[in-house]
Amino acid sequence: MKQSIFQILSNTALTDSVYKMVLSGDTSDITAAGQFVNLQLEGMFLRRPISVCDYDGETLTIVYKVVGKGTEAMSRMVPGVKLDILTGLGNGYDLTLAGDKPVLLGGGVGVPPMYNLAKKLITLGKEVTVILGFNTRSEIFYEEEFKALGCKVIVATADGSYGVKGFATTPLAVIDYTYFYTCGPEPMLKAVYKATNTSGQMSFEERMGCGFGACMGCSCKTLTGYKRICKDGPVMKKEEILWEA
Amino acid sequence: MGSLNVNLCGIELSNPVIPASGTFGYGYEYAELYDINELGTFSFKGTTKDPRFGNPTPRIAECTAGMINAVGLQNPGVEKVIAEELPKLKACFHKPVMANVSGFAVEDYAYTCAKLDKEEQVGWLEVNVSCPNVHGGGMSFGTQPEAAAEVTRAVKAVTTKPVIIKLSPNVTDIVSIAKACEDAGADGISLINTMLGMRINLRTRKPIIANTMGGFSGPAIFPVAVRMVYQVAKAVNIPVVGMGGVSSAEDVIEMMLAGATAVEVGAANLVNPYICRDIVRDLPAVMAKYGINNLNEIIGGVK
Repeated sequence: MKQSIFQILSNTALTDSVYKMVLSGDTSDITAAGQFVNLQLEGMFLRRPISVCDYDGETLTIVYKVVGKGTEAMSRMVPGVKLDILTGLGNGYDLTLAGDKPVLLGGGVGVPPMYNLAKKLITLGKEVTVILGFNTRSEIFYEEEFKALGCKVIVATADGSYGVKGFATTPLAVIDYTYFYTCGPEPMLKAVYKATNTSGQMSFEERMGCGFGACMGCSCKTLTGYKRICKDGPVMKKEEILWEA
Repeated sequence: MGSLNVNLCGIELSNPVIPASGTFGYGYEYAELYDINELGTFSFKGTTKDPRFGNPTPRIAECTAGMINAVGLQNPGVEKVIAEELPKLKACFHKPVMANVSGFAVEDYAYTCAKLDKEEQVGWLEVNVSCPNVHGGGMSFGTQPEAAAEVTRAVKAVTTKPVIIKLSPNVTDIVSIAKACEDAGADGISLINTMLGMRINLRTRKPIIANTMGGFSGPAIFPVAVRMVYQVAKAVNIPVVGMGGVSSAEDVIEMMLAGATAVEVGAANLVNPYICRDIVRDLPAVMAKYGINNLNEIIGGVK
């Protein structure tokens, strides 16, 4: 974990409620796809944990949905604004288990962390299929970006307004895959858990206090003991997940 | 440079800054960030006789200038704390540590304190009779003078280490509870624990916290904490550890003027993990600004 000051390079709308923010700063503590950063916003007490969409030596890209006053304030920020950010939080995805043909399933605002993951898997020479699930056509983002990486991209919409009609899990029946990686709302994660016939990893979300393992605000029960979503997660292996009623 | 040393119940502290229980784990997460030996000491995560998962999530809700938590004393239980957490703590922290203890029956407190009494690194026992997030225990001991006194006596009977009783602000008369603890043999009083609070999600119309209510902390409660520290410090003859919304060196000095011998910092750690180190580093300049040569001179110094 590292605390440092980032500067906004761009902050643009991808849909009515989803924004892409690119920042420059010290990304040296970001070590894996699926990690997150924790942003301090003026006038708000707690930081905002946001997953890393992409990063390189100098820049950090986050894609976030406006869901409350914090993300609403972020959506109005202009290039040049400086933000205090904790980086290198969370475990991230383990790439070593992917096999030759991993499938990545992103649902809604669970799509962004799939991007750097896909990029890394492509670099490793994997044949990557990405399934992007959205409610409706107007909410779709990043389809072209994933295609540009060289992934096979399938888009599913719940209302059938674009691509396959159904959920992110719907296309699973017709593709061949060796392992899965996913991020999305919990009902989707449960559906992925049931619909997949391989092992895999899923990223969870919870209201956090600190984001670095100190407060026990985001604990969950797993088959391998109590875990902190922020520090021991947010990525969990399928085998350790314990769904509570 | 002025002296930052204070003496808390017979043990010297190199400075009065103490991360509060539940915001600092067992120290080692923070030790990855900076040398936590810069701190006076810290109060480790509330420990109980048996392991506890705590409450369902969500356990956290943001508020104006603060937050609500309803963690519910998640901890691995005293045996595992001693076997697994304290060795890791010892590897990164080389001073006496404050052991925070909670319970659900008087015997639980005594059991846990007796175990921790044998641990060399434990300097003080901070006995939490004020957790708002557990039912049938915790705070219920801290809301009745006689019950708080009974816990104090039971703990004092099993330890030779200084016993600091941590009090709840969610009471009608905190002074009477503090005095009952002093009469029962407490070596110090720490206050305030979190204030009982609640938030409601306007969309779902449900409480944000799964446990409905939780403990409100952060800068918003600082004036309440200063007031209660002032009231208690005037009424007892044992050291008072002040806490509640402290987030700067100025806050530390204000708390000491109100009567605190040492000052705990809680919620601020979760927002800025370096805050306690920064407060320690800021103190000399702030002391100089207000003409303070020795922090001991200002304890209870409000005019």
